[in-house]
Amino acid sequence: MAFSQCDHDWEGRYYHIDQILDAPGPRTDEGFMAGDGVKDFLRNQSKILVIGAGGLGCEILANLALTGFKDIHVIDMDTIDISNLNRQFLFRQKDVAEFIMNRVPGVKVTPYFGKIQDKDDDYYLQFNLVICGLDSIEARRWINATLVNLVDPENPESLKPLIDGGTEGFKGQARVILPTITSCYECSLDMLNKPTAFPICTIANTPRLPEHCIEWASVLEWPRVYGDKKMDTDNPDDITWLYTIAAARAKEFKIEGVTWSLTQGVVKNIIPAIASTNAIIAASCCNEAFKIATSSAAYLNNYFMLIGTEGIYSYTFEHEKKKNCPVCGGDAVSLAVKPDMTLEELIEMLTERQDIQIKNPSLSTPTKQLYLRAPPQLEEATRPNLLKTVSELIPGGGEVTVTAGTLPFSLSLDITFT
Amino acid sequence: MIKIWSMKKNEDAATKKKPKTSAAQIRVQKDLTELDLPSTMKTHFPDPIDLLNFMLTITPDEGQMLLLPHAHDQYLNFLLLGMYKGGAFTFSFAINTNYPHDPPKVKCTQTIYHPNVDLEGNVCLNILREDWKPVLNLNSVMVGLQYLFLEPNADDPLNKEAAQEMSKNRDQFLHNVKSSMRGSSIKGVQYDKVLA
Repeated sequence: MAFSQCDHDWEGRYYHIDQILDAPGPRTDEGFMAGDGVKDFLRNQSKILVIGAGGLGCEILANLALTGFKDIHVIDMDTIDISNLNRQFLFRQKDVAEFIMNRVPGVKVTPYFGKIQDKDDDYYLQFNLVICGLDSIEARRWINATLVNLVDPENPESLKPLIDGGTEGFKGQARVILPTITSCYECSLDMLNKPTAFPICTIANTPRLPEHCIEWASVLEWPRVYGDKKMDTDNPDDITWLYTIAAARAKEFKIEGVTWSLTQGVVKNIIPAIASTNAIIAASCCNEAFKIATSSAAYLNNYFMLIGTEGIYSYTFEHEKKKNCPVCGGDAVSLAVKPDMTLEELIEMLTERQDIQIKNPSLSTPTKQLYLRAPPQLEEATRPNLLKTVSELIPGGGEVTVTAGTLPFSLSLDITFT
Repeated sequence: MIKIWSMKKNEDAATKKKPKTSAAQIRVQKDLTELDLPSTMKTHFPDPIDLLNFMLTITPDEGQMLLLPHAHDQYLNFLLLGMYKGGAFTFSFAINTNYPHDPPKVKCTQTIYHPNVDLEGNVCLNILREDWKPVLNLNSVMVGLQYLFLEPNADDPLNKEAAQEMSKNRDQFLHNVKSSMRGSSIKGVQYDKVLA
């Protein structure tokens, strides 16, 4: 198999993995192309994106490289903090790609340092699979929504499976999201633990914990002293300022335990990471990536959770799609309208349609409001649009989001002109 | 991989592309257009295009007297009814792109004499911080804010002076509320004139 063995592949490198890929097993999918076909796809064609190169991301990168993925891209925006080094065993961001390429010859790792939001649809379209090892809810929501939006029913390859790993101390989760097919990240948003927040009056009057003193410094004193200036939690000077204020407060109330690193931990909402939890979750994510890419075994459907706080407990279940999920749920309706139809006529048409059953809708595009029912000031500001034609308001047509009290969440219209 | 792609092919062809409008944006549109506010509350958008930053003005009325189990409490409550009537209190709302996972940031824009609002405008309302949940909405927050003017809570003070006065000497507290609203200074603190 000349094509799957480049110069870098040493003798016996794929001996174990090939046991799985060379012949179908009892659980392999019908579409499984045992032998060269699947090896060629895995090693020469597939392109995989890893988001996050922190504790989890480093484990994921290492596992992917050793499993035989050859074209790996990685995005990370975080600056390196010394406290991360115990688990970011690939040492430094600028080294991550280099390190893996040296350690596992034949693998190409392409790093990008920046925000996932910097990249457009075309960038994400080039990958077959996306794996997230992130600690940010906001970033996860963004990539999830982006991949759901990417799905074009006419083009099956626009469906990019998203494997999301996450850890918090001894707990972790790995899940497989097939955008538009399975439940998405947004569907499960209400399952998240809420971040610890203390009542502001406790912080102000009756601090008992070192955390109360730190929050006093960051929530009350910072805005009082600096006004609108934003705190940069990555800037050690800002942390030092907060630490000094918090320590003075702690002294006043005879509270012990305010340290510089606790201050940083509280304001950045850092949850201690356990290297072994990261390893388990990364392994699970990479197993799924391998199974999905090769069809060599059934993949996770669709949520694996791990609780290692007391012994080891894990549970796998199917998280259901939320019908009124703002990202993957709700209905989408294509509407072809005459270019000279006014917005008022469009709204009237919507309210009259039996299959939509909508009352008092408000409409907007991704960039502007078309007509909002309330509050009165916004109604007044958007009212003149009612008499404008739809083609004047959204030249070329496109997406319109409709909300109404009678809808579970929202309705998406795809407007075209006849 | 091929398997996944064939799944999409087999799926109902009617599935259309989903909106590019962010979930936070849709949720704010939904919250705002379905606000059900009493006549005592009004929103104001400095920039009507920007739904994420706006003001709320509360002009409290008498409220409704709660029926409390003890006659004494009821009497005390009665004394405080409508204590903030005649004032117009303005709050700024700032919603970030992680809404509704993150609560809106709410601050009072005036210096007011209230047990649960400090001189920087921070507000002690549980659903703005520790008890915020994504199922709550802007309407819940606004109703919660108005409730603070009808039933201030001396047990969760942010303005300690005011809270102490409220629990210890209600007459003096009432007097302070009224004079603070006219823009006078109390114990060396200059309050903003907030009469509507």
